[in-house]
Amino acid sequence: MSLKGNLQDFTLTQLLNLINLSHKTGNLVLERSNEVASLYFMEGKLAYVQVGNEDNSLVGVLHKTHMLSPSQYSGIKKHINGMSDKELGLLLVNANYFSQQDILISLQNYCIDILNRLFNWLEGFFQFETDVTPPRDKIIVRIDLENIILEGTRRMQEWEFLQDEIPSLDVAINFVDRPGANVRNLSLTKQEWKVINYVHPRNTLRQISRVTRLNELEIRRIVYGLLQAGIVELIRPSDSSSQDRPSIPSIASMTGREREERKSLLSRIIDRIRAL
Amino acid sequence: MQTLKMVVTGPFNAGKTEFIRTVSEIDTVSTERRITSEIERIKNTTTVAMDFGRITIDNDLVLYLFGTPGQKRFEFMWEILSEGMLGFIVMVDSMRPETFREARKILETFRAYAPTPYVVAANKQDRADAWDIEDMRIALRLDPKIKLLNCVATRKESVKSVLLELLYSILAELDSVENQEVS
Repeated sequence: MSLKGNLQDFTLTQLLNLINLSHKTGNLVLERSNEVASLYFMEGKLAYVQVGNEDNSLVGVLHKTHMLSPSQYSGIKKHINGMSDKELGLLLVNANYFSQQDILISLQNYCIDILNRLFNWLEGFFQFETDVTPPRDKIIVRIDLENIILEGTRRMQEWEFLQDEIPSLDVAINFVDRPGANVRNLSLTKQEWKVINYVHPRNTLRQISRVTRLNELEIRRIVYGLLQAGIVELIRPSDSSSQDRPSIPSIASMTGREREERKSLLSRIIDRIRAL
Repeated sequence: MQTLKMVVTGPFNAGKTEFIRTVSEIDTVSTERRITSEIERIKNTTTVAMDFGRITIDNDLVLYLFGTPGQKRFEFMWEILSEGMLGFIVMVDSMRPETFREARKILETFRAYAPTPYVVAANKQDRADAWDIEDMRIALRLDPKIKLLNCVATRKESVKSVLLELLYSILAELDSVENQEVS
């Protein structure tokens, strides 16, 4: 039996709830734009995950979960020669590098981390095939879904909250006139930094999200944080043209009039800087 | 409100933060947290160093100064940052010749991203051990047409002078394009 649908109509949290309550065994495939995630469940518990071409081999997971250093990772990779995850796991346990518990906890943390990332997939398609089991050579975990569903629910609530706070992405942001006194010690993430760079009254949040490749939840979360920190404010876009990448034209490509305007701006800046 | 931006770039510890701080009317947003490369590989939300400052020109024009993270591992941000900039300043520490090669590489990278006017600021020229400006020009392999300016990033007049020289360069380029069209 196969279940198919759209993640907008039936969310991942609802799917997990269904799988959990009916103790299903099978493979859930999620797809959005160019990404695919495959999740295996056994009797209502999460057993194994694979996202795109991510290295989810045992050695890859041990590296990602900080159990192996980069040099240990590359050293083991060179020597495993087609060994399956189960064989490698046994070898590592027998050689006293890790306990069985260490390996299982690493794999569980990796699976939970993937699922938490998948909660950001608000659009896309799903298909659940019953009675499909994980690849035989992989180490299977058994993760109860209750806590994961709770986390998913929290994220859905966050999504609803952010939608209330920032109902539309067709607004722009601008730096506030007097940022709060705490900005000196502000820490920005890579993603926040990227958004900051596009802060301009002409750029709508939709344009910024497209350029920075952030989904609707991510852009709202970042902008909400910047709003709370007093760095930016929401404003009506000064020019809602459909340009994708806001930019100043290069001097060589400017028309005569644009050059005159630029000169005028430069003269104003020069006067101001001289007066500083 | 119209906003324009200039970018201040250069190797790590060249004085970019100080330069922006000296003329910015707001507390410069600055993060200089050190991150191990291992954390960087693992976390996708690693905090990175950035600075930005602001100069209000008048009621409807604001100039933002963006400082780039100098460390090579943040190179991925440079292209994003160069988008739409009016021009850029390459800061070089006059006392650290070991960074000259990197400064040259940064300059070339920015030049490739955006063919906008730029100037090079030789920082810490007030120090006894600072390299002579003409020696720096040779070491940096700068064309004589490129402005290599004395700079002390902690002194307002010095920073103003560098900003003004960049603005004059932009004006000159506008004029030169205009003259080419006329001829």
